[in-house]
Amino acid sequence: MLLGRTANGLYWMNRYIERAENMARLVDAGLRMALTRTQNASEEWNSVLLSAGADVAFTQKYQDYTAANVADFLLRDTSNPSSTMSAIETARNNARMVRTALTRETWESINEAWMSLKRMLARPIDERDLPSVLDAIKRETALIRGSFYGTMLRNEIFDFSQLGTYVERADNTARILDVKYYVLLPSISWVGSTLDNYQWESILRSVSAHRSYRWVYEADYKPTNIADYLILNVRMPRSLTFCYRFLAEHLKFLGDDYGERHACHATADKTQAMLRAGSIKDIFDAGLHEFLANFIRDNTRLGDEIAQDYKFY
Amino acid sequence: MRLAAFDEMLPEVSGLRKPYSAYDRWLKEQDPARLTEKMQDAERVFRKTGITFAVYGEQEASERLIPFDIVPRIISGNEWRRLTQGIEQRVQALNAFLDDIYHRQEILRAGRVPRELVAKNEAFLPEMIGVRPPAGVYTHIIGVDIVRISENEFYVLEDNARTPSGVSYMLENRETMMQLFPELFQQIKVRPVENYPQLLRQSLAAVRPQSTKGTPTIAVLTPGSYNSAYFEHAFLADQMGVQLVEGQDLRVVDGHVAMRTTEGYKQIDVLYRRVDDSFLDPLTFRPDSALGVPGIMDVYRAGNITIANAPGTGIADDKAIYSYMPEIVEFYTGRKAILGNIPTWRCSEADSLKYVLEHIHELVIKEVHGSGGYGMLVGPAATKRECQDFAKKLQAKPSNYIAQPTLALSTCPILTEKGLSPRHVDLRPYVLVSDRIQIVPGGLTRVALKEGSLVVNSSQGGGTKDTWVLDD
Repeated sequence: MLLGRTANGLYWMNRYIERAENMARLVDAGLRMALTRTQNASEEWNSVLLSAGADVAFTQKYQDYTAANVADFLLRDTSNPSSTMSAIETARNNARMVRTALTRETWESINEAWMSLKRMLARPIDERDLPSVLDAIKRETALIRGSFYGTMLRNEIFDFSQLGTYVERADNTARILDVKYYVLLPSISWVGSTLDNYQWESILRSVSAHRSYRWVYEADYKPTNIADYLILNVRMPRSLTFCYRFLAEHLKFLGDDYGERHACHATADKTQAMLRAGSIKDIFDAGLHEFLANFIRDNTRLGDEIAQDYKFY
Repeated sequence: MRLAAFDEMLPEVSGLRKPYSAYDRWLKEQDPARLTEKMQDAERVFRKTGITFAVYGEQEASERLIPFDIVPRIISGNEWRRLTQGIEQRVQALNAFLDDIYHRQEILRAGRVPRELVAKNEAFLPEMIGVRPPAGVYTHIIGVDIVRISENEFYVLEDNARTPSGVSYMLENRETMMQLFPELFQQIKVRPVENYPQLLRQSLAAVRPQSTKGTPTIAVLTPGSYNSAYFEHAFLADQMGVQLVEGQDLRVVDGHVAMRTTEGYKQIDVLYRRVDDSFLDPLTFRPDSALGVPGIMDVYRAGNITIANAPGTGIADDKAIYSYMPEIVEFYTGRKAILGNIPTWRCSEADSLKYVLEHIHELVIKEVHGSGGYGMLVGPAATKRECQDFAKKLQAKPSNYIAQPTLALSTCPILTEKGLSPRHVDLRPYVLVSDRIQIVPGGLTRVALKEGSLVVNSSQGGGTKDTWVLDD
């Protein structure tokens, strides 16, 4: 038996842990672009902010898209509710609230991540330290994930946690693709220019997939392959299909345990079936941007339905 | 001012006291540098686990640790037996007093406790008149604060009969000591405390409503994660394997209190609440409370839920009532109190007020309804000015205060940079009442870390120690 409020806390705790890490990943990709291509750096930082869903808030505070400004806003600014610092703080508050549902190791890893990031992000980041700060953020969230997977019982507590992780991750991957969808369109440049190559690598880098891509596809970046990898690949841990495989699975566990199916089950199954049946060609034919916009909308709806069906409030 | 205090380890006259002999032998073999290291280890353990508490009125330090001292406070088996007899008697009397106060009020009719002291008391809940809680138990969990003056003199300082806190520190302190010094526990037989959560659970289950079918569903009600004792609420729920609920999770469904789960509403039979009376039910008490459950008092009156501790138990640990405890114990148990009270002047009485005002520099003066060391004056430690200001408050509302002599509370050494140094301590053992009374051998030893200070409250710079009851 699980309180609705606890399920809610677990769901958001994991969404925010995922978000804290994704912010670091986005800044990482942006930094890489800015280092390799100095002319259009501000444009790159702009798309990083768009992917983070933080562009509007950023422009209210800053005029220039510089590495220092963007990194500060996305990593340590507590007035930005999605910054790594805000996200880890929210994750910890949720963890504190659901503490009785967590193993000691899991709670301690979150508490320690919070303590160490709070210390590390207390002052503005020196540009020279940025790479090591990004590494540290990814390491802390990896430690949380490790103790979580290593110690948690696979029950409803685990299911609700995973739902949070994968709803957030699917949203994140879809947004990254949507911000850059135009560079993936075959009509613009079928044969990649150097510029395109950078763009493509940046997309892969923001989901930490620039190396694994080569293990699956040929060495050259091809937009259709990149889109295929991030949308349809079953084994790529940040692809939309991967996320929905687990969303559907954990929802099925909950449905079986409780002996009841809800609206969220139908929504998740529908999206999963659509991803399974689809080919990347169909998606491009129907329009990549439309596909992603629909996906993001349905994914948000799934989150709302989960909250409602399982009495989060 | 320095009081000549009785030291529980090294009283000046008689040399090392026996309960400490084995520990002392071990301590002498230790490298001081290693002990300092262990002290830092302990702090790391506490911070990592998040064993923190909130301090009211300090912004940045919203989460702080209660300092922990690694020298245990040791009580012999004999001393403990004597204490438990006194505590049991007292706890019986407290429950009998509550039952009487909310029913026939014989003690008032007999004139042993003044009627207006009860009737006009905010902690007395008229809503509880005629209500008999399941199994007839009012105060299920009690923390009796005990101080020691000499080898054979123990006094009760306070009866915490509403929602005593600190038991999680008793458990975590032991856990930490066992992690830091496993060898000590092999050499010295210390009675275990770690089964407290199981005992608490059994005790709560035993006082379930009569109508409960099968195993009762128990939950801990917390005001939420921003409460200063939230760690303890979560800890106890976790250790008992029960749900930790907030008011927003609960509502009254079909005459029962139920919690909102992922599968709908589920009935609760026993609620261990850590929310004050006035917040418990906005329909009965404070209408602005969002921490309680609207309608829970109706369910309670219908006998469909056990609330531990029962609403209205605060009347028994009120500081004005405290001064009548010797009479109360005798009235209900027919015997003299085994554990005495500290002599107390009730400032509401003209003679006493006069005495208190004349001797303000020697006395400890407390607010009748205060707790946590807030709003009190320690005469000997206060400046002339502070005494004068306090005297004015006292004259303005005498009935709001009681006064007690400044006792030389016993000391127990703590480890400082310069080695062992005596500090004043008190003791809070935890008592569970169901169809029987159980006292876990140990408790929370609070220690005033500042040299000479008598205030042990964690909110006022106090720390804690592991408390050992020897199995001898």
